[in-house]
Amino acid sequence: MTERSVAFTLNGEQREAKIDPRMHLGDFLRHSLGLTGTHIGCEHGVCGACTVIVDGAPVRSCLMLAVQVDGCRVETVESLGKPGELSPLQQAFAANHGLQCGFCTPGMLMTLEAFLRTTPAPTEQDVRAAISGNICRCTGYQGIVQSALDTAKANQK
Amino acid sequence: MSGRFFGAAVTRVEDARLLTGKGHYVDDIELAGMLHAAFVRASFAHGRIRSIDKSDALAMPGVVAIYTMDDFADIAQGPMPPMAQHPLLKTPITYHPLSDTEVRHVGEAIAIVLADSRANAEDAAAAVMLDVEYLPAVSDVVLAHEANSPTTHSQHASNIAATMTAGFGDCDKVFAKADHVLTEQFDIHRGGCHAMECRGVVANIDLLTDALTISTSSQSPYMVRRHLAAYLERDENDVRVMTPDVGGGFGPKANVYAEEFAVALSAIKIRRPVKWIEDRQEHFVATTQQRGQVWSLDVAFDNDGRMRAIRGHCIHDNGAYAPYGLILPATAIASFPGPYALEALDLTIDVVLTNLVPTSPVRGACRPNVAFLLERLADRIARHLSMDRQEVRRRSFVKAEQMPYITGLKTRDGSPISYDSGDYTGALNLVLDKIAAKDFEARRNEAKRRGKLRGLGIASCVEDTGLGPFEGASIRVTPAGKVIVATGASSQGQGHRTAFAQIAADALGVELEDVTVETADSAKFPLGISTIASRIAVTAGSSVQLAADKVRAKAITFASHQLEVGAHDLELEGGAVQVKGVPEMKIKLSEIARALAGTTGVPLPGNMEPDLAATAYFNSNALTFAYGANACEVEIDPETGDVRVVRYVVVHDCGKLINPLIVDGQIRGGVVHGIGNALFERMIYDEQGQPLTTTYGDYLLPMASEMPPIEIHHMETPSPRNPIGVKGAGEGGTIPAAACVISAVEDALGPNGPFIPVHPISPHQIVTWLKGKTAASG
Ligand code: FES
Ligand code: FES
Repeated sequence: MTERSVAFTLNGEQREAKIDPRMHLGDFLRHSLGLTGTHIGCEHGVCGACTVIVDGAPVRSCLMLAVQVDGCRVETVESLGKPGELSPLQQAFAANHGLQCGFCTPGMLMTLEAFLRTTPAPTEQDVRAAISGNICRCTGYQGIVQSALDTAKANQK
Repeated sequence: MSGRFFGAAVTRVEDARLLTGKGHYVDDIELAGMLHAAFVRASFAHGRIRSIDKSDALAMPGVVAIYTMDDFADIAQGPMPPMAQHPLLKTPITYHPLSDTEVRHVGEAIAIVLADSRANAEDAAAAVMLDVEYLPAVSDVVLAHEANSPTTHSQHASNIAATMTAGFGDCDKVFAKADHVLTEQFDIHRGGCHAMECRGVVANIDLLTDALTISTSSQSPYMVRRHLAAYLERDENDVRVMTPDVGGGFGPKANVYAEEFAVALSAIKIRRPVKWIEDRQEHFVATTQQRGQVWSLDVAFDNDGRMRAIRGHCIHDNGAYAPYGLILPATAIASFPGPYALEALDLTIDVVLTNLVPTSPVRGACRPNVAFLLERLADRIARHLSMDRQEVRRRSFVKAEQMPYITGLKTRDGSPISYDSGDYTGALNLVLDKIAAKDFEARRNEAKRRGKLRGLGIASCVEDTGLGPFEGASIRVTPAGKVIVATGASSQGQGHRTAFAQIAADALGVELEDVTVETADSAKFPLGISTIASRIAVTAGSSVQLAADKVRAKAITFASHQLEVGAHDLELEGGAVQVKGVPEMKIKLSEIARALAGTTGVPLPGNMEPDLAATAYFNSNALTFAYGANACEVEIDPETGDVRVVRYVVVHDCGKLINPLIVDGQIRGGVVHGIGNALFERMIYDEQGQPLTTTYGDYLLPMASEMPPIEIHHMETPSPRNPIGVKGAGEGGTIPAAACVISAVEDALGPNGPFIPVHPISPHQIVTWLKGKTAASG
């Protein structure tokens, strides 16, 4: 299959790449670019583990073809914080035990990151609805929900 | 047992890495020259393969090789070794790494395709042509149990692989004398497990030494090594198995899988690294599932509600193979009599093969099944006697003053099972208090005004934890003063690194960040068993304590020499051994480590053994018993049949808490797993054994929007059976949860509603029940 050239912004940096048109964005990020923070849990758009932010909106990278990012701004979990300097949302996840195995976590973080930008003062029900497309098999969700609420509250101060 | 870190809700050392996308899971491994594998899997539940035509597939882009079992004949052949032997299973019923001739369930692996990319491997797998003679399949366990059923294995005369019996006391006598006897049938649905990370394996062969290295998303890396080495007739030393980060386990990843063998065999044959990552659809058809059991139980009880004896029969759906021996039925039996003090018990379990994916433990193994049976019976008795549900339980429970309580059953090694400690009535009283059960009728009435049916559910359980034989740990202080803990206990998200670091840091008087914990790499620690059955806190946690105590003693001996102070006047603090009350008189652990690492020609003081290090194993000779009481409230929309769990309260006792943050997380996750079992998760097969729910569009898992907040209260009765007083907590959330939710649903449907002996229940079922009730009462 002939590869196609695309140009896009990835975590704030301008990138160009040649991409096989059948490859989905998740595989492209993980295997072509080595950004393995984005995880693949179902590859049919239900678990949310693969969520990244494209042009401000959370998208499932297993449901988007990589060539579709031409001209887009893509943000992955690698853009949030680093081990020594976690973002407020990441810190809240650690404080509230919002992760166990950590597999759903990058998708949860990116979903909530996009959500909190547009909904700065959510209720618990809002948060639960916002992540209702992200499956976590470990935590029972409560620590995740609390992390989002705590972050929103801290942002308002 | 408590210290600066032990018992404190410290945040996890794992988190920073996992939160920043720096986790390292099997699929993140990239090796030079690596090939990608895809399996050709059966699309039929039972058949004999006449021939396999790989020619078209081999000609496809990027394809390097396609192997069937025959291709491995020069390396190894025959069925895989069983994970656990059982005298009742005369011949092990295990897979071949790739199916040799007869295929017994949809999804069984038949051939492996190796290509330069996953996509190319998958394309080629679809182009491998099979010529199959279809055989009759059986997917319903009750039908499979019948004498004239088609057989799952064509060479077997029946589908009953084994019949297990157990019990104590004289059932006939107790039943004859009891005031009441009831008989109920229960149907507990199979269901999957669904860790968010599917399985994955990377196998690599060292071209110089021929040593094999496997990274696998396993709960039992040492079992993989042992069985694979045996299968390959290699020394275990030439097979290194490790687990990187693992995205959830919950039981199924404790199996040693055919795919692990097939990928290893392929790497040996092609002499290149091979990676296989399971996709979700494969997970539905090839990763073990559980729960499926049909029970018929008689219960004998008295006018005062006291449960006296149970006898019954179970048809256990084991799926097509028994790679894990009879672990599930054995666990079911061992989970009786739960919290109840029975005078007699008499159980028979027929282990039945069906043309479905094999079963293995899934969060709680068969313990949730048994909790469901016992708690449903307790509710049933209460209804029969028009008595309070709580009262039946209080009168039937093992009492705190009866501890340690010998149940009457025996463990696998024949010794009597005895509950170590606990107060089951106290737990029930506390949970009822916390959920404000006495005001419940007011909440029910308030819900009624909103057009909703509200119900209160209760469920208790006892959980055997800390299963033997052992786990071990080695602890070494480096000359830089860092503490390295290595253990064979693998982790799939339970926070082992943090919990073990807490224990070691307290024992050695260092900070948490000075401790590095390495888990489950056979090159770093020689032996391990499995992270299953809520056993790691007890076994590995205790071994970390024992090893740290040894290192501590060694440091004190050294310092007592150097400082010329008696050992009992020394303590470990701030990374040093110091004279009690005289912190200026101290010697740093790093200095001791450096001195014990030796200098040419200088003898070690006092003839000490070199290295500030020690290894210890904790043999768990007697089980520990965690327990809990749960209460929840549900609201049902009578129009749609939608059930919402609106409150959920847990009282749990797992002995001493190493880290309450982690324990609470384990419990919450477990409860949600059980709510999924009660209300959502349904794995549907047609009569031919074809699965109809192989996407998350059809198979529903609990989502945040449907889950309630879960309130947790701890009781802390230390276990006398290990040095740190802990009991396991990984499954205690799941075990009573389905029973609790169903109890609440039944309560919501009212005194004229049906007794509910099944799960999951669907909105459709609820509406049908409600209509039936209206018809009957109207
Ligand atoms: S992997 Fe994309 S939604 Fe599950
Ligand atoms: S933390 Fe394991 S799936 Fe969410």
